[in-house]
Amino acid sequence: MSRVRVAGVGLTEFGRAPERTGRELFAEASARALDDAGVDREAVSALHYGNFMGALGERQGHQAPLMAEAAGLRCPATRYELACASAGAAVRGAVQSVRGGEADVVVAGGMERMTNRTIEETTEALAIAADELFEVRAGVTFPGAYALMARSYFERFGGGPADLAHVAVKNHANAVPNEYAQYREEIAVDDALDAPTIADPLGLYDSCPVTDGASAVVLVSESYAEENDVDASVAVVGSGQGGDRLALQDRASPARTPATDDAAAEAFADAGCSREDVCAVEVHDCFTIAEVCALEGLGFYDPGEGIGAARRGETTADGGLPVNLSGGLKAKGHPVGATGGSQVAEMTRLLRGDHPNSDAVDGTVGLTHNAGGTVASAVVHLLEVVE
Amino acid sequence: MTWTDEEIRDDGFDDWLDAVAADEGYHLECPDGHASLPPRLVCPDCGATDLSEAPLADAGEVVTHTTVHVGTGAFDDQTPYVVAIAEFDGVRITGLVRGVDPDDVDVGAPVEVTVGENPATGDRVVVHRAR
Repeated sequence: MSRVRVAGVGLTEFGRAPERTGRELFAEASARALDDAGVDREAVSALHYGNFMGALGERQGHQAPLMAEAAGLRCPATRYELACASAGAAVRGAVQSVRGGEADVVVAGGMERMTNRTIEETTEALAIAADELFEVRAGVTFPGAYALMARSYFERFGGGPADLAHVAVKNHANAVPNEYAQYREEIAVDDALDAPTIADPLGLYDSCPVTDGASAVVLVSESYAEENDVDASVAVVGSGQGGDRLALQDRASPARTPATDDAAAEAFADAGCSREDVCAVEVHDCFTIAEVCALEGLGFYDPGEGIGAARRGETTADGGLPVNLSGGLKAKGHPVGATGGSQVAEMTRLLRGDHPNSDAVDGTVGLTHNAGGTVASAVVHLLEVVE
Repeated sequence: MTWTDEEIRDDGFDDWLDAVAADEGYHLECPDGHASLPPRLVCPDCGATDLSEAPLADAGEVVTHTTVHVGTGAFDDQTPYVVAIAEFDGVRITGLVRGVDPDDVDVGAPVEVTVGENPATGDRVVVHRAR
């Protein structure tokens, strides 16, 4: 089995860019990734592309070949759709193709254009990741679904809005130096607690923003990197994916996300490393409670213990396990179909040492966790500095 | 373009709503006793294909709830409204909560499932009523 190296990464600035087309966004991210990799476009044999709501947001289906064209690639291209885990799944597909020996050079990533629609339209488009018959028709929004999870968590394990506020404060602080982040201002716990309620117990600062953006990574086989003198010090050493019932009502507990448990178990077994080896984590914090559930599902905390991690300073930049040094979805932004690729790009930068927050990384192994819907899908990758 | 699919019934789901509205609600059950909601051909827990209908429990209990302040689509102009997942003897159902002040909805509160109307659209919607 061929080892997979990250040869290059590219991102657009995350934020509001309602007039930029999806094809322009992905062209920018992919050009940066290919430039970072120093790999010729002709060498790329496939594009693995994530996108969630483009059929609604831009009325554009069949996006993968369009994005290959925008990137200047002449190769087969496939779109992955797994709600907010679309690009995580695209990266995983790309990793598998290199490992299987089908490809030596592939591009993976994703794009979402979201602010060209009204917030009501975007909220409605995002809601289609939930069960149309049993959730959306009953008035479930995405903030509403995560609020149902948060209430269930508080009832079962304790904790409350102040604990979640510390997650928001931490991730905003991490985003300040990140040149790609949407929100680069610190917030205080009281700012979060005083913010308007979206779906109780969650307020405005518990939620990630709506974001336009794209991500891309260039993955190469180890043999290609060696033969072509490609500088690729970070490897993807583990990959895992978990699935669950789509509707929250059909899970054993709304306070737990077993798809994350399964994805993590597979990724750690695949990499042959343990949780103690991990020095930085990027998790899917579309809402603050999601970061808590992710840390527990990934096995860094026992159920009920993750809620106080940020408050205790354990997951802050100077804590024992820095979480979301990029700013996370919460402050860096969440262009849903691009996020899984963005996490891998940010972790690569963090491990390579060229991220503004790289100083907080003390070790060689990082983990990325990308989730879809209310975590009916989860994709986990482990990255390691190998030279 | 205006989408017209609201006019078309969803087999299984709309039949289930009809039954709930007639106070004859049911769930599906496989030979091993796994409960689920229609439409289904296969038990999602074990893959069994001989599913039968079993009566839904009269009384349910709120498992979790939220008051939504920012709505979407058909619920834009109805905020704040309460959504809850309630459990009916092993079957969990998501619905609006009506007939009780949002501040008085608690985990564990007794409810019964009914079918109401979304006033904005006229669409049918699952409603949990306080018992």
